[in-house]
Amino acid sequence: MGSYVYPRYAYVPPPELTVGACVASTYPVVIVGAGLVGLTLALDLALKGVPVTVLDEDDTVSIGSRSICQAQRTLEIWHRLGVADRMVAKGVTWDTGEVYVGDRQVYRFNMQPDPGQRFPAFINLQQYYCEQFLVERCGEVAGVDLRFRNKVIDVRPGNDHVAVDVHTPDGRYTLRAAWLVACDGVRSAVRTLLKLPYEGEVFDDQFLIADIRMRADLPNIRKYWFYPPFHPQNSVLLHRQADDVLRVDFQLGRDADAEAERRIEAIDRRLGVMFGPAARWDHEWSSVYKFTCRTLPRFVHGRVIFAGDAAHVVSPFGARGGNSGVQDADNLGWKLALVVQGIAPASLLESYSHERVQAARENIRQSTRSTDFITPKFPASRVLRDAVLDLARDFPFARAMVNSGRLSRPTGCSDSPLHAGGAAEDWGPAPPPGDVLPDAPLADDNDIWATEAVAGRFAVVTFADTPDGLPSDAAARLAAPFPVACLAVMRDAGARPAGWDALHDTKGMLARRCDARPGTTYLVRPDQVIAGRWRALDLAALAAGLRRAAGLVEG
Amino acid sequence: MTALRHDLNLARPDDVYNLIVDAHKGLDDAQCRAFDARLILLLANQVGDEAAIREAVDAALAGLVPTA
Ligand SMILES: Cc1cc2nc3c(=O)[nH]c(=O)nc-3n(C[C@H](O)[C@H](O)[C@H](O)COP(=O)(O)OP(=O)(O)OC[C@H]3O[C@@H](n4cnc5c(N)ncnc54)[C@H](O)[C@@H]3O)c2cc1C
Repeated sequence: MGSYVYPRYAYVPPPELTVGACVASTYPVVIVGAGLVGLTLALDLALKGVPVTVLDEDDTVSIGSRSICQAQRTLEIWHRLGVADRMVAKGVTWDTGEVYVGDRQVYRFNMQPDPGQRFPAFINLQQYYCEQFLVERCGEVAGVDLRFRNKVIDVRPGNDHVAVDVHTPDGRYTLRAAWLVACDGVRSAVRTLLKLPYEGEVFDDQFLIADIRMRADLPNIRKYWFYPPFHPQNSVLLHRQADDVLRVDFQLGRDADAEAERRIEAIDRRLGVMFGPAARWDHEWSSVYKFTCRTLPRFVHGRVIFAGDAAHVVSPFGARGGNSGVQDADNLGWKLALVVQGIAPASLLESYSHERVQAARENIRQSTRSTDFITPKFPASRVLRDAVLDLARDFPFARAMVNSGRLSRPTGCSDSPLHAGGAAEDWGPAPPPGDVLPDAPLADDNDIWATEAVAGRFAVVTFADTPDGLPSDAAARLAAPFPVACLAVMRDAGARPAGWDALHDTKGMLARRCDARPGTTYLVRPDQVIAGRWRALDLAALAAGLRRAAGLVEG
Repeated sequence: MTALRHDLNLARPDDVYNLIVDAHKGLDDAQCRAFDARLILLLANQVGDEAAIREAVDAALAGLVPTA
């Protein structure tokens, strides 16, 4: 079937099963699962100097394209890890969606109405490519020990470690992890072994995904049809992917016969009606699926931490599954590094659970609403849904109610214990604490972007007209037990304030997006989340904010 | 409970009531439901005030005990 050649990663006997090999008594971080989330976290930790061991039961990448829509925030995170440009080069860039009722377009949205950002709103790239590029990147950085065909079969949490039993082609062994991160997917073995409840809602509607290879002259636009002439009872979603692959997602309804629908002849019949008798295609991957929305109520259980699908799952409409999992890794990486390095107390990890459970609930809320719109559950909800679709032809207000998936944006953490004040009043439209600092192009010596300038460590970002109010000893006065970048955003491309790295916002775009005036100061976490903002540069407030953001004081 | 008007806000209430009733004439049940749904959405957007709509939803639900 498909054109993609699945890599086979070599199994290497682990030191535990190799005579004479040197075996660590306790590994600082062990990750279960080398999927999108486990690999992202492994790279982040290794690049922060924390060695990681990754156990995966398989020896290849995701079977089937699965996640195809990789969002801007995911690309920004992967860029910090050194792989995003490769993904963008291979993927299909898009920012526009179109919604049709019948054959008539009723609604068009742009996911990046304010351009001038390092990354597009989305690329479409098959999950197997994303994982392959992440695995290859792991080979380039020091500190990632990727162990394929190492299946976790038991975990025994202790007070200061977790014992993990692993099955390999050479037999089984046990290792000790100071921290165990379960990124082992929706059927998480770790979650099952710990008997944690995975509660939520199951949806009865069935969908058919047909990924086909076909040369088609289609624009890079996400298209969604309600009641299209080629599938009049239900809805259809169409995306382009890399390698001339198209994703066609047919809603089949509750009563469809999954076995019959899975057959190639049945799929070909549906595609023939859609693309016409002259069209030719090859099958890449297909699947008939139902979905669930579930979350663990807490993601941190002693020394076992959950991330990605192991912690939460959503329906695919909105592309929130993989993207939110990558954001889990982003949120967890720097915190776990500070804890492992002995800089922050273990209680910092509770904020990971707090913030990402909130995000998971928001993603579930959004994707449940989309699902309820696409698959109305009871007669009155269908009547109202159809009324929206009817009105959308003539009334702009109704177009805003057409919900074919609200696409993934970074989820904010509005009530995090890590975030400091700054006056709540007095701010125009700009992201508040808990959101990610906006991106903007910076005219600098080497042409950098805000997202690149602030990423990866704590940063104080202050906006200044002149160097006058910028104390050259700011970094020392912040007195943080970890590196803090002191960044001064200035319009003057020649400004070089002592003790500060100048970001030359010559177009004023970053200032506009941050609603900044001279003196406006943002405190930014290593995951680019805003931890506080003030209208004046106040080093004492920033020093306190930094301690709080790193969990060094009780919130 | 203050956003929703309880007093009369129409100059000719009988006319408005009959306008809506008459619009249903000749429609079968399914068409009536479609009509009602469209009208609700059009009017909700016209009202524009989420608090008032919430109160209206509660007021309209009063006394209806879910049986399904
Ligand atoms: C049809 C479909 C379309 C989707 N579209 C999108 C989309 O467009 N955008 C998006 O963001 N998301 C999408 N998703 C969701 C996305 O695929 C998942 O959210 C994502 O794969 C989660 O990544 P993960 O790393 O948490 O888990 P997985 O990718 O499932 O990885 C889990 C890993 O753990 C390993 N493992 C499991 N058990 C063990 C064990 N006992 N021992 C060792 N290793 C183990 C597995 O081998 C696997 O490598 C889609 C999903 C589907 C099914």
